[in-house]
Amino acid sequence: MPVTEKNWTPKIVAFCCNWCSYAGADLAGSGRLSYPADIKIIRVPCSCRVNPLFILRAFERGADGVIICGCHPGDCHYTSGNYYARRRMTLLFSMLDYLGIERGRTRVEWVSAAEGGKFSNTMNEFARTITELGENRKLGDLRCK
Amino acid sequence: MQVIANAIKKRALELLADGTVARVLGWQPGEQQSDWSPALFESADDMKDFVYGKYAGANLSKTCLKFNKAEGKTLVVLKPCDALSFNQLLKEHRLNRDKFYIIGAGCKGMEDENGLLLKCQCCKGKTFEVFDEVIDDEESRRLPPSDRFEQVARLEKMTHQERFDFWRSELSRCIRCNACRNVCPACTCQKCVFDNPDSGVAAKANTTDFEENMFHIIRAFHVAGRCTDCGECSRVCPQHIPLHLLNRKFIKDIDELYGDYQAGIGEEERTPLTTYTKTDADPGVVHERGNE
Repeated sequence: MPVTEKNWTPKIVAFCCNWCSYAGADLAGSGRLSYPADIKIIRVPCSCRVNPLFILRAFERGADGVIICGCHPGDCHYTSGNYYARRRMTLLFSMLDYLGIERGRTRVEWVSAAEGGKFSNTMNEFARTITELGENRKLGDLRCK
Repeated sequence: MQVIANAIKKRALELLADGTVARVLGWQPGEQQSDWSPALFESADDMKDFVYGKYAGANLSKTCLKFNKAEGKTLVVLKPCDALSFNQLLKEHRLNRDKFYIIGAGCKGMEDENGLLLKCQCCKGKTFEVFDEVIDDEESRRLPPSDRFEQVARLEKMTHQERFDFWRSELSRCIRCNACRNVCPACTCQKCVFDNPDSGVAAKANTTDFEENMFHIIRAFHVAGRCTDCGECSRVCPQHIPLHLLNRKFIKDIDELYGDYQAGIGEEERTPLTTYTKTDADPGVVHERGNE
């Protein structure tokens, strides 16, 4: 079935850290707070585990947006993982923007295990942003036109 | 330049003669008139081919890796920007300082058949970060004014579609020769993600399609924070892809977000991506910057 405006829904990948955000997503679920089904959560041990390749890979395979959720700075289970992730992702997002992938399609949010509400709000809002931005450019083989 | 070249040659011959160094790493005329190749000279007799001058654009720091374990000292001739790459390799413990005798060579901007090299159009400095002796003159110490980030800033002002099209048209010319990786003084991993030892074809087949597809972004990210902006990647590219613009974007961001940083300076400092402060900007800062 061809993708038309009508049946297009955004594909969003969310990397959630095991210790805070994934538990936050759990809490959102048990609290009956909803977030869009377009968001596919991938559990990672720490936001720092997210290799920039993962994000490039997601975009290559047709993701329209990627969001990374981790513990609040200072609360990392491994003490400093999210501080490293913060620098890495800042630079990567800036580079993606430089290559033509809009800034809105990438995001990092700090969500603690107690913030089910924040998780649900963030995801709803992010899905709305991506829907407005529409389908992503195909970041396929950069060496072919 | 000829005066500097003669002085370097004279000094190198002296050091070879008294046994301080066992070999000299320099340049010799290449196949093309404007392209001098890195070369090794092991005797006074060899040294007659030694050249230094406006076509000595090649950065010899990466070649030094081969002589890290060789017997005796190696004399290496470094220009100011090459000395940065050399020092960065020292910082990463890839080179053994005791094995090298460094002559800092004054540089007045290097050229190829198209005129001044891209890297020399925005010269980063004329001071030597590491050296045993310096041979230069008044003129080679003068820093030409330039704006290093002008081209990056111009790209940043474009719309996303324009930028996407720009990079697509530039990068699509890539013939996957891996020259940019092979020449890069920051790319010194013994095992590279872009290699496949099982391929049997010069070991440079793709590990996976994906890694090859994203080659240029991944490579730029791998050297982010360690790239001294020596511009070798663009110089050697047979397709003239402006690869230095990817590296320079990272450098510009690092400068703006984490304070001015020049890779290859100092002795022990960690690179911006291997350290952090508690007050770093959140990645959301990317949304607020830019002009679109």
